[in-house]
Amino acid sequence: MPEHERVRPDSRETLSLYLVGLVLLVVLPTLNVLPAEDSWLHLSDFRLNQFGKFLAFAILALGLDLIWGYCGVLSMGQGVFFGLGAYCMGMYLALQIGAESVYGSELPDFMVWTQVKELPLFWYPFKSFWGGFLGAILVPVLFATLFGFLAFRSRIKGVYFAIITQALAFAAWLVFNRNETRLGGTNGLTDFKQLLGYRLSDPSTQRGLYIITVLALGAAYLFCRWIVASRAGKVLIAIRDSESRVTFSGYTPWMYKLFVFVVSAGLAGLAGMLYVPQVGIITPAQIGVLPSLEVVIWVAVGGRGTLIGAVLGAVAVNYGRSVLTNYFPEAWPFILGGLFVVVVTMFPDGLLGMIRKVTARKQAPAPVIKAEGRTAA
Amino acid sequence: MRRGFVPFSKIVIVLFLLILSQGTAVAEQPLTSEVAAVAAAPIEQALRDITSEDAAVRSAAAALLIAQGDASLLPTLDAIRAEADRATRQAIKPVIDLLKNHANLTSAQSDTRRSAAADLVGTGHPEAIIWLEEAAAKEPVWWVKYTMEESAQLLRLRADAHAVRVGAVKKLGELRSQNGLSALKELVEAGVQSGATDEQRALADAAHASIGQIDMWSWWAGAIETLFRGISLSSILLMMSLGLAIVFGLMGVINMAHGELMMVGAYATFVTQQAFVGWVSPELFDWYFPAALPVAFLAAAAFGWVLEATVIRFLYGRLLETLLATWGVSLILMQAARVYFGDLTAVIAPQALRGGAQVMVGVYLPYNRIFIILLSIVCVLGIYFLLFRSNLGIRVRSVTQNRNMSACLGIPTRKVDSYTFAFASGLAGIAGWALTMVGNVDPGLGQNYIVDAFMVVVTGGVGKLAGTIWASLGIGGLNKLIEPVSGAVYGKVFILVGVILFLQWRPQGLFAAKGRNADA
Repeated sequence: MPEHERVRPDSRETLSLYLVGLVLLVVLPTLNVLPAEDSWLHLSDFRLNQFGKFLAFAILALGLDLIWGYCGVLSMGQGVFFGLGAYCMGMYLALQIGAESVYGSELPDFMVWTQVKELPLFWYPFKSFWGGFLGAILVPVLFATLFGFLAFRSRIKGVYFAIITQALAFAAWLVFNRNETRLGGTNGLTDFKQLLGYRLSDPSTQRGLYIITVLALGAAYLFCRWIVASRAGKVLIAIRDSESRVTFSGYTPWMYKLFVFVVSAGLAGLAGMLYVPQVGIITPAQIGVLPSLEVVIWVAVGGRGTLIGAVLGAVAVNYGRSVLTNYFPEAWPFILGGLFVVVVTMFPDGLLGMIRKVTARKQAPAPVIKAEGRTAA
Repeated sequence: MRRGFVPFSKIVIVLFLLILSQGTAVAEQPLTSEVAAVAAAPIEQALRDITSEDAAVRSAAAALLIAQGDASLLPTLDAIRAEADRATRQAIKPVIDLLKNHANLTSAQSDTRRSAAADLVGTGHPEAIIWLEEAAAKEPVWWVKYTMEESAQLLRLRADAHAVRVGAVKKLGELRSQNGLSALKELVEAGVQSGATDEQRALADAAHASIGQIDMWSWWAGAIETLFRGISLSSILLMMSLGLAIVFGLMGVINMAHGELMMVGAYATFVTQQAFVGWVSPELFDWYFPAALPVAFLAAAAFGWVLEATVIRFLYGRLLETLLATWGVSLILMQAARVYFGDLTAVIAPQALRGGAQVMVGVYLPYNRIFIILLSIVCVLGIYFLLFRSNLGIRVRSVTQNRNMSACLGIPTRKVDSYTFAFASGLAGIAGWALTMVGNVDPGLGQNYIVDAFMVVVTGGVGKLAGTIWASLGIGGLNKLIEPVSGAVYGKVFILVGVILFLQWRPQGLFAAKGRNADA
């Protein structure tokens, strides 16, 4: 990749980052609470909640950017890890419904319909919040470790890996759709009432969740930046640009790949965990092939190989989607498909690449040397 | 001249009626008009009696009608039934069923004869045994004959005489009758009970032996059908992945829109059908299907050509980017089809591809599946000759092996790319054309198979025809082998796990490229 290989953003960018963080963390919630409902400054509960969802997606995008943008390994199965995290949290929330459920049973509603008399064993850990919380991170991490170990050790790479992960997303979608997996089938898990005693329908709970999401995103960003800036991060980029050379230099690329794959799965799990209480539902539709690919397009639009780009892309594409699907519901697949084609063929550096190009030209009109645009095959 | 024909056709009708009435008790008598008149009297009486209040009279009349009546009574009976009360309707129903099926036993359509034979079992009337056996003796189609014999034995099983029943049990075993299985199992259960008589026990023993024979046979039949379904799925996957594999091997392009090019072929077939419905006379309707073959090929090839010229040419050497861009194209094509055609458009199969062949007892092979298998073989042969026996093939292979060197030797590599891509897309169009025979034409058509087809490419290795063939046979076969055991969903999961484990053993696929190109 060309000029954005500067891993550390320059000071101007750091400054703007702090500004964005301040806006997200303080200004938006304040605008939600303080101004009167009819004031133009007021940010409705719905908007804040929606924004929280986008920021959860941004964490998912960060994970993919780490593995695709920096290490050149395209994972088309991020939706699976997101879904695993989301389902773990969803199971905890579903068990918190308790006697408030439609049938008044301690079991989640869908179990009552499907004639499940007793709580299946694997649901038990999710009775406690810590079960749900740790599960949402550890289940994707463990699964990614197993899958990644098998895939990377046998040197499945490039498109092969992409295709295998896509098949994984497809298979996971099929499995989660089944009723006998005791995860709610096609309807998924929904109708949540409370989280740690806080009512989810309460705007203040949602505000709290939003703030937690912002903090989690900030932490995830800093964590990714730390990885990227470390020596290991340099190796990741080297693997992306020429894996054979890294091997010949005495490194073991697959270990690095596995590591970064597991980290990205953990981030995806975290994103799923934050997504569920804010949106209030998790279904297999969030897991399949298309949702997993949408993550790829967020990162591509924002600018892969730049962590800010991933966040930017996730928020921008999702915001665009929520606006456009309102007005032209049938047009969204066309736009999404068009984005894939246009971004990949014409703007491989995404939005951030364009912004940087513009600002760089203003500052110093130095010629940009295009490197050979060949990613790992 | 014209006048002469009228009596002749009457003779034909009389002859036909004669044949119809052969199975009845009347048939032994010489059928002169006098006798017919004599016989007609009790029938008319019976037709009156069947509406009687008295149940005994009704059933006697019904029995007489069954024994002596023929299909010519059916309109009268139907008319009576339409107006009659409940009791009469119940009395008439078996009469109508029996007479109708009896007449159908000599129908010109083999399917009608067969279903008549099968339906006669349900009536349970002993008279039907003789009809069935007589019909079976004259039956030319073995499968229909088989059903007639089977039905006769099933009816015999309900007889009173012990010897007849034992004979029927043995015969059913010899026939490997799947339909007799439940009746035989009942006999076995009756024989095991504590109060069973000696006769029941003997029957149970015979039934037990027969069940063993039938089970053994149906295991084999099931195995053959599974194998056939596996090969059928394999051939669909093969037709899809051939195009994918050629493009991947030649240009290093992962074409995620391949499934949608297939969809284009399917819709081209649909459009051709609609054109035939609109503009061509109905007798020629079945010709739409052969006519759609070039349409589907050309439509998909044209789409592929445009796709190559507008998107893919900018992405050579960037595998992951081709994957993403073509995914975008596939989304657009799918949505375009959904908006333009709507969901659920189906193609009516031409007469020749409907139905199937009963190759042996318990094994039924649908023609459309056989057709797809044959088509995939033709495709493989065609590709083989094109790649290995033609000038274009030499160029394609040389560009695949070393693009720069080929260019130096004067091969127009860009043109080869463009033609090959269009050809591979056309191949997808042919696959889509064939797929209209086994399912609906809908926008998700390509998505159903694309994941599996890519698994085939990955497993088979890049750019090797043999690898693609073996991998599609393996994955298609395994899919259908696992499916009955674990269900379709877990079958897919097992296949995925299997492919990953397989790649542990052979990371580059079945037939890996060797030498310098191996890590390209």
